[in-house]
Amino acid sequence: MIETYGLVKRYGGVTALAGVDLAIGAGKVLGVLGPNGAGKTTAVRILATLLRPDAGTALVGGYDVVRDAYRVRQVIGVVGQYASIDEELTGHHNLSLVGRLLGLPRPVARRRADELLDEFGLGDAGGRPVKTYSGGMRRRIDLAASLVGQPRVLFLDEPTTGLDPVKRGEMWETVRSMAARGTTVLLTTQYLEEADRLADEIVVFDRGAVVARGTPDALKRRSGRQTLEVQVADPARLPEAAALVAEVAGSEPTRDATTGRLSVPVADSRVMPAVVRRVDEAAIEVTELSLRLPSLDDVFLALTGHPTTEERIAA
Amino acid sequence: MSTVPASVAVTQCLALSWRGIVKIRRHPLVLADVVLGPAVFLVLFVYVFGGAIDGSTDRYLQFVLPGILGLMTLLATMGVGVALCQDLQSGVFDRIRSLPTLRIAPLVGAIGGDAVRQVVAIAALLGFGTLLGFRFQTDALAVLAACGLAIAFALSLSWVWVLLGLLMKDAQAVQGVGAMLIFPLSFASNIFVPPGTMPGWLRAFVEVNPIRHLMDAMRGLMVGGPVATPVLWTLMWMVVFVVVFAPLALAAYRRSTR
Repeated sequence: MIETYGLVKRYGGVTALAGVDLAIGAGKVLGVLGPNGAGKTTAVRILATLLRPDAGTALVGGYDVVRDAYRVRQVIGVVGQYASIDEELTGHHNLSLVGRLLGLPRPVARRRADELLDEFGLGDAGGRPVKTYSGGMRRRIDLAASLVGQPRVLFLDEPTTGLDPVKRGEMWETVRSMAARGTTVLLTTQYLEEADRLADEIVVFDRGAVVARGTPDALKRRSGRQTLEVQVADPARLPEAAALVAEVAGSEPTRDATTGRLSVPVADSRVMPAVVRRVDEAAIEVTELSLRLPSLDDVFLALTGHPTTEERIAA
Repeated sequence: MSTVPASVAVTQCLALSWRGIVKIRRHPLVLADVVLGPAVFLVLFVYVFGGAIDGSTDRYLQFVLPGILGLMTLLATMGVGVALCQDLQSGVFDRIRSLPTLRIAPLVGAIGGDAVRQVVAIAALLGFGTLLGFRFQTDALAVLAACGLAIAFALSLSWVWVLLGLLMKDAQAVQGVGAMLIFPLSFASNIFVPPGTMPGWLRAFVEVNPIRHLMDAMRGLMVGGPVATPVLWTLMWMVVFVVVFAPLALAAYRRSTR
């Protein structure tokens, strides 16, 4: 439903996209994951016919986004990072205006607006100007506006940025129900968890290029291995435990002397029971022993060599 | 390559212009801007300066009303640039363009909304002026022609605002630059006073000021006087504005969509 080949976009001397290939089938959710400035929004704007690529081709619903922009626009819905609605108009008017622009007769456009307002829980607010809406309501009216034409392909550019966890959960539900109804969704996000939860397939953008792609599970596997963590009760016995773990796991664990914690990457699922046996035999008291799956944050770090934006800000 | 069917294109332009009208209705402030502003302006000019300038407030009213009418359409047309700039910044522009709309629909919408604002403003000012004692010396057809000429002049000038609206980063800047252009052009003209007492250099400027020809034409059509020559000059200036600024504005428009 969405295919791109070697998309390139430059702004002056800056390369925003450096040859991007994407592909996603009908009814699937593609998660485009990357930090700020990775080129996610540029890619969405090209696919939504709002920008022309400098090189490469992009097909949406089988139509070329440059040569057949008009047909592409008939099958897509776009939700940008900022609500693209007229603040001065009421929610209802914003939706019926979109209906009119799509060529619907006035009564049909009004009915469609009513339907969508109800569906998004905005039935009571429909008669108020959008500038009186809360942040979450704006996101919903914006999403509703992009669904007036019942698009087969929906682009969501960071749909949950700035939303609180409850609102984020609601947005996730909406995306899932759209996909369940057969809509193809391309979703950009900085939240690894979001891509993990929603996407059938993820592409990771970094500095205008795709650095990895695959299912969330496959990506997690790629960063390799799981991590075994051992919490030793008596810090004095840490060296002894470390030697033991190293012998079983085949590599030296990292130690944290203050917390008494050891962690070591493991590839073999038999390592954990073996460690349990050995520490038991050596009578080392262990308060916690866990096998942790790699998070997408680990994956991102492994793939790009630098952490995600959030971690950089946190650090 | 497919394009928008003609009937749908008409619907789109109407729907976008209607949006401008609804905003006037919902927004008492916009209305105040368009209706009250000129009325206050008229009252101040007539009763504060009128006697001093013309010896009689009533005589001055006959002189200045066509002038303020023209000035108002020029000022109101700034709204095109402001509206366009707001749409660009807020993303409404992107929303319209991501729909299967006519390529220039957002422009048509901004200009169409403006034309409606102009008609409302003109009707209000003419009504108010008549209440104060303004009397047409010509026939209804000539008055309509004067209003039509003012609107057409403003619309041809709106390409300048389209260009500014597309190039500038925020709506307030558009308004600022607009005022900077409009005020010298309108005061250094025959809108408020006959230029007879102005120094030579300023008179020379008034001679070539496009607004002066518009004023002459409107006064001729509303209160009598020569019509043909000033109308021709006005039309010529309108052609100049369109020929110079429409291609620039359209180029800026295409660039903003790349």
